[in-house]
Amino acid sequence: MKPRFFRSIAAQIALLPAWLIVIFAYLGTIAWTIRISFTSTKVFPTYDFVGWKQYERLFATDRWIISGQNLFIFGACFIIGCLIFGFLLAVFIDQKIRAESVFRTIFLYPYAMSFIVTGLVWQWTLNPTLGVQQTVRNWGWQDFTFDWLVRGDRAIYVIAIAGIWQASGLVMAILLAGLRGVDQELWKAAKVDGIPTWRVYLHIIVPMLSPMFVTATVLLATAVVKVYDLVIALTGGGPGISTEVPAKFVIDYLFNRQNVGLATAASTVMFVTVLVVLAPWLYSQYFRGQRGRGA
Amino acid sequence: MSTTTMEPQGPRPSRITPARIGVYAFLVVSAAFFLLPLYVMVITSIKPMAEIRLGNLFSFPLAPTIEPWIKAWTYACTGVNCEGIKVGFLNSFRILVPSVIVSIALGATIGYALSFWRPKGANFLFAVLLLGAFIPYQVFLYPLVRMLSTVGLYNSLPGIVVVHTIFGLPLMTLLFRNFYAGIPIDLFKAARVDGGGFWAIFFRLMLPLSTPIIIVAVILQVTGIWNDFLFGLIFAGRENFPMTVELNNVVNTTTGEREYNVNMAATILTALVPLVVYFVSGRWFVRGIAAGAVKG
Repeated sequence: MKPRFFRSIAAQIALLPAWLIVIFAYLGTIAWTIRISFTSTKVFPTYDFVGWKQYERLFATDRWIISGQNLFIFGACFIIGCLIFGFLLAVFIDQKIRAESVFRTIFLYPYAMSFIVTGLVWQWTLNPTLGVQQTVRNWGWQDFTFDWLVRGDRAIYVIAIAGIWQASGLVMAILLAGLRGVDQELWKAAKVDGIPTWRVYLHIIVPMLSPMFVTATVLLATAVVKVYDLVIALTGGGPGISTEVPAKFVIDYLFNRQNVGLATAASTVMFVTVLVVLAPWLYSQYFRGQRGRGA
Repeated sequence: MSTTTMEPQGPRPSRITPARIGVYAFLVVSAAFFLLPLYVMVITSIKPMAEIRLGNLFSFPLAPTIEPWIKAWTYACTGVNCEGIKVGFLNSFRILVPSVIVSIALGATIGYALSFWRPKGANFLFAVLLLGAFIPYQVFLYPLVRMLSTVGLYNSLPGIVVVHTIFGLPLMTLLFRNFYAGIPIDLFKAARVDGGGFWAIFFRLMLPLSTPIIIVAVILQVTGIWNDFLFGLIFAGRENFPMTVELNNVVNTTTGEREYNVNMAATILTALVPLVVYFVSGRWFVRGIAAGAVKG
């Protein structure tokens, strides 16, 4: 065996691109973004120091407050909707049904498509003038109304519906893998004791699958914070500013409204929020009790 | 105790019970919910505008036409250009191929180095990469734009490839690191005893073992990069806009009436590549989801 320092030189060289990316593209950009958020930068960076001024302005901006509220509403509906619907799909698919793979394929295909495609399809389907609303009226229900897409107080829920349509299959795929791992003895035991199936699911299976639920929730929550394309394609943030989200706020102020200081303050708030929520989970997942492995 | 214990063992004879009907009813209704938008997309794309104006979303076309598809592909307008969505299609391919190759090559090397060699700082490197997978991209964007314009890569094809590589790295590294963690360490030790160096072991032992995970990585990266909108919009530049961005431009370029049939044809065309990947890869796609989701 070669001495240890020699071995690790080749490995370090191989890791050089990774180090460059981590130092410049991740850590460097984050530090830079945070630094700029304390300046009065408009378009080109000026490195003065204005303290918390951008943050004060940010939280006095209606559009940012609405973006935050929308993220919360969308996130709650989207995550809960996906988890419940995805769980039901997984459970029903697990009932030894015929044509299982056909159903599975149908439930998961939207996940392969982009948010832009999803957004445009739902925009077309739900537009009030020619979409579902008009179609149902043509069928004879003249009073039928489903105009959520153009209603400021409802449009955000349409975005959640489109999101649920796209991502429920993901939850189903994750939970189905978990259900297939459940010991058949458990079902026999439950049957012997005469416990109704729904109670077995609710009180035994769901707690057993909790790691999968956590994984699914983390994946969905990541998508929630990043949501941008879906809003762009579905509503463009409208009507008015009723479906604005933080990710869109940052992009708009960076590239269209030429207010980089405010945009970086907003992205810093996003970053810190995600970090606070995520750090404990990441630590427990990847770094606890993984010692003793290596060359 | 219920009488169910008296039932015979073995597979149940197939019977039609209310519960079975309920199961299938739920599945069929759900399938309809998932398929409806696809159906609407396809049916709209082959209707002439005269039929679309009637507002019968679900009805079959009376006079089906492929004209919207031809227009979407060859001469629909995106802003001032009227060359159709095919420009974006080609751009997406030019972005896709190098991005997929570079990000997977890098992810495989890093995953291998982290799994078997554990050089100094490996844990730190991995922790940052991992965080990078969850952090909203908005926090990286502005400095990255400035860095790339400093080195002359902003708004260029190499620039967008670099960006895809940077942000594909966390998932790719995780994927390969987890895969190599499942390979017995004794195999690696034996290769070391035989005098294999870093690259020799990688190319002659590990890479040939990695075919399954490479397939998963390709599926994930092809669908992920093809479906990207944000990076393409910001970093690719007008000349290289990927298909998703061009699609959004086609839909939002309106001179007079909105041509929903052309829009839907363009939408289907944009969704085609990931859908083909999905239907061809089948279980591999699901495996990719699982591989991206499992703990390390």
